[in-house]
Amino acid sequence: MKAGIVVFPGINRERDMAIALERASGRKPRMIWHRETDLQGLDLIVIPGGFSYGDYLRCGAMAAQSPVMDSIRAHAARGGHLLGVCNGFQILTEAQLLPGALLRNASLRFLSMDCHLRVERTDTDFTAHYQRGQVIRAPLAHGDGNYFADEATLDRLEGEGLVVFRYVEPDGAVTAKANRNGSARNIAGILSPNRRIMGLMPHPEDLVDPLMGGTDGAPLFEGLSAALAA
Amino acid sequence: MTNKPVNQALAAEFGLNAEEYARVLDIMGRTPTLTELGIFSVMWSEHCSYKSSRVWLRTLPTKAPWVIHGPGENAGVVAIGEGLAAIFKMESHNHPSFIEPYQGAATGVGGILRDVFTMGARPVANLNALRFGDPKNPVTRRIVDGVVRGIGGYGNCVGVPTVGGEINFHPAYDGNPLVNAMTVGIAPADRIFLSAAAGIGNPVVYVGSRTGRDGIHGATMASAEFGADAEAKRPTVQVGDPFVEKLLIEACLELMATDAIVAIQDMGAAGLTSSSVEMAGKGGVGIELDLDQVPQRETGMSAYEMMLSESQERMLIVLRPGAEEITRAIFEKWELDFAVIGHLTDTGRIVVRHQGRVEAEIPLAPLADQAPLYHRPTAPSPAPKPVGAIPAARLADDLVKLIGCPDLASRAWVWDQYDSTVGGQTVKRPGAADAAIVKVDGHRLALALTTDCTPRYVAADPEAGAAQAVAEAWRNITATGARPLAITDNMNFGNPEKPVVMGQFAAAVAGIAKACTALDFPVVSGNVSLYNETEGSPILPTPAIGGLGVLEDAARAVGLAAAPGQDLVLVGAEPSHLGQSLWLREIAGQEAGPPPPVDLAAERRHGDFVRARIASGEVRACHDVADGGLLVAVAEMLMAGNVGATLAGPTDGGFWFGEDQARYVVAVADGAALVAAAQGAGIPARLLGRTGGEGLTLPDGTTISLATLRSAHERFFPALMET
Repeated sequence: MKAGIVVFPGINRERDMAIALERASGRKPRMIWHRETDLQGLDLIVIPGGFSYGDYLRCGAMAAQSPVMDSIRAHAARGGHLLGVCNGFQILTEAQLLPGALLRNASLRFLSMDCHLRVERTDTDFTAHYQRGQVIRAPLAHGDGNYFADEATLDRLEGEGLVVFRYVEPDGAVTAKANRNGSARNIAGILSPNRRIMGLMPHPEDLVDPLMGGTDGAPLFEGLSAALAA
Repeated sequence: MTNKPVNQALAAEFGLNAEEYARVLDIMGRTPTLTELGIFSVMWSEHCSYKSSRVWLRTLPTKAPWVIHGPGENAGVVAIGEGLAAIFKMESHNHPSFIEPYQGAATGVGGILRDVFTMGARPVANLNALRFGDPKNPVTRRIVDGVVRGIGGYGNCVGVPTVGGEINFHPAYDGNPLVNAMTVGIAPADRIFLSAAAGIGNPVVYVGSRTGRDGIHGATMASAEFGADAEAKRPTVQVGDPFVEKLLIEACLELMATDAIVAIQDMGAAGLTSSSVEMAGKGGVGIELDLDQVPQRETGMSAYEMMLSESQERMLIVLRPGAEEITRAIFEKWELDFAVIGHLTDTGRIVVRHQGRVEAEIPLAPLADQAPLYHRPTAPSPAPKPVGAIPAARLADDLVKLIGCPDLASRAWVWDQYDSTVGGQTVKRPGAADAAIVKVDGHRLALALTTDCTPRYVAADPEAGAAQAVAEAWRNITATGARPLAITDNMNFGNPEKPVVMGQFAAAVAGIAKACTALDFPVVSGNVSLYNETEGSPILPTPAIGGLGVLEDAARAVGLAAAPGQDLVLVGAEPSHLGQSLWLREIAGQEAGPPPPVDLAAERRHGDFVRARIASGEVRACHDVADGGLLVAVAEMLMAGNVGATLAGPTDGGFWFGEDQARYVVAVADGAALVAAAQGAGIPARLLGRTGGEGLTLPDGTTISLATLRSAHERFFPALMET
């Protein structure tokens, strides 16, 4: 798997993501500076977490206008795999590569803790190494993770099976308490219709090593690596 | 302000006394310009000159074979093995955090980050030691909210995990909360960057944010008490931009990978003045600055304003000749300002030019050498009140009250707002172990990090209390299995012109020195914050200790969570000391008695024993006994592990709530074997009980469910902040 990680000014989880990708694939990902435009030859492009442009206008809004985004759109149009985590998810929605928006957390406070996610479908290259309905743990760390879309969009996402991760209790129950940031329908991650683009708020890349408290995030990267092995 | 005549009255307004102003006149041989007076006043402020504390700080032990740079640089540097160095320091931002909690705390984090990455380290962890006023005081809630948001807002954005720290509440901090921020970074041991300028003619470069009018005279403000007019000092508080700081970290580290830099220092307190004066002064050279070249975000700024501005996220660099273009290219890549604003000279003077005029010309040697140095009078602290009549302890009820009290309640509400995992190296997050454990990327090495101080002990007996703070930091590192290496000390005290306060300071330094010497735990960096008083009422003396240790193998770190089927063993003497304990304060309603005595030889013996047993794999969980005593320590281990236990032993309060030192509770498979091993080594140890079940059964037969413990423990912060 040839993976690239896009670095906008203010991105800060690019090294975490590189560790997770290299651990799964045995290959160092390419770091892509936001002014680069040639993304040929990459199987997977990842936009990691952080505070691109300080989140100053609106999370992800400035990055979505950056030169590299045209090349990312072209990659997506070619059917390339694209993963946006946290700020990366916000950027994908701002770039309209995924529907909806990430609003301020319902508590109006930054949230940093482990959450539990239920894997809603496994016939995707992102989740093939999980079991359907499996509950995994992942750290979350964001101030704006409250997924929002209009009812019609939410119904379409649900109808087409594009909700891929949901905030749940450790036993898999969908509750308001498990939904710390207040997301519509407990949505933590969604897919594009071709299931090649995924946006996700929590950070599976920070839970790939037993030393850091668990490996629940590892199957995501191992699944991608297996699917995209060249 | 710029129209006022320069005279003794203006000097007094700037914080210089008559004698100090006379010395300025003597050095200059004429009346100084406004800019010159500004430079003298900030360089000679308590904050920058340490004029009341220097005579005492000199007595601290600062050397060990692993110390690469001790106090005097931007931060302390210690070797951690495998060719790497840890660079760390703790610094206060107390005064600004009272005036404007969010920005005060945020820029405190930003400032300490710069002190660390200016030396070539990538910051890998932040910690913070916070003291707030009485939770019942309505102001407290606003300050807690702003400080926590400020620390999170800055630290989360720059992408450095906040992994630990401590919080106390006490009415003595009502008018003076303490915000002490600590940053730890990692650098190759042979690539440390220092601040001494060198090379006549070398370019002096300004990078980072533009200069504005914020924070002017911040250092002077931080060197005085507050009166009722504290609010009016808001313009002296700086405004932070963590996004720019993140860019500055990346740009500086990129530049540091080249050979462009001769010397580098951040523009912290007293901004351009202190950075240029200190860099040139340390290098024994002169420096000439052309303020017309300084990037500015406001129009019409005077030389005085530019030299005294404390705008954040700025660095001053002396480059090798010809390195300007490579440096410019890196800073332009990161969309940061870059300007050559001067050069080094052989005049031994700082010359500041602005709009064709020389606004300041000061000889650097006397500015440094003749800075005021005070050996202020000291007076001993009054002996604490003796402990009065106390009720008999009721183990279950008292435990539930204690673990819910402001000083012991769960800090999860706070930690849950700090990103503790960014970087992917956090082995033990806040609350998981006695010290935070952060692995070194690409190595098996890990750092163990903690901050500690028990101000009520220091108030009761400054020397013993300060020694206890060092011992507790050493113990917390030991309890994870790590080897303690060095400390940074953040000395927060009241007005040093009061003999009792100065006496507290002197005794605290003596206590730190004793403990550091006995534990081979030198002081490598530090910061002094005095005048923490509002309307004449001082804080509790608070020498906050930031400790750093190293583990050769991160996988060997232990946390405090007990598991089912383990024996709990007390290592250390059986407790009895209730003076200054939380039980005495929270249950008996007394702040009285002497603090627990500190036996440094016992600390070392017990700690070395525990560390060896962790290394051998025998100890599965470990927790030092501190605030609240033995029963609180056990309860914390059980809550962390979500397991109950049955305890045996005496039923008196002294045993379960005494705060005697040099003690650990360890969880092991075979308690009898550990007790025998300890006793064989001449160390007292006692089997306390065994884990299992859903509740904590006490020696008096009562049982508390884990759910009861947890709900008592977790109530305080949400109730204070969200109702």
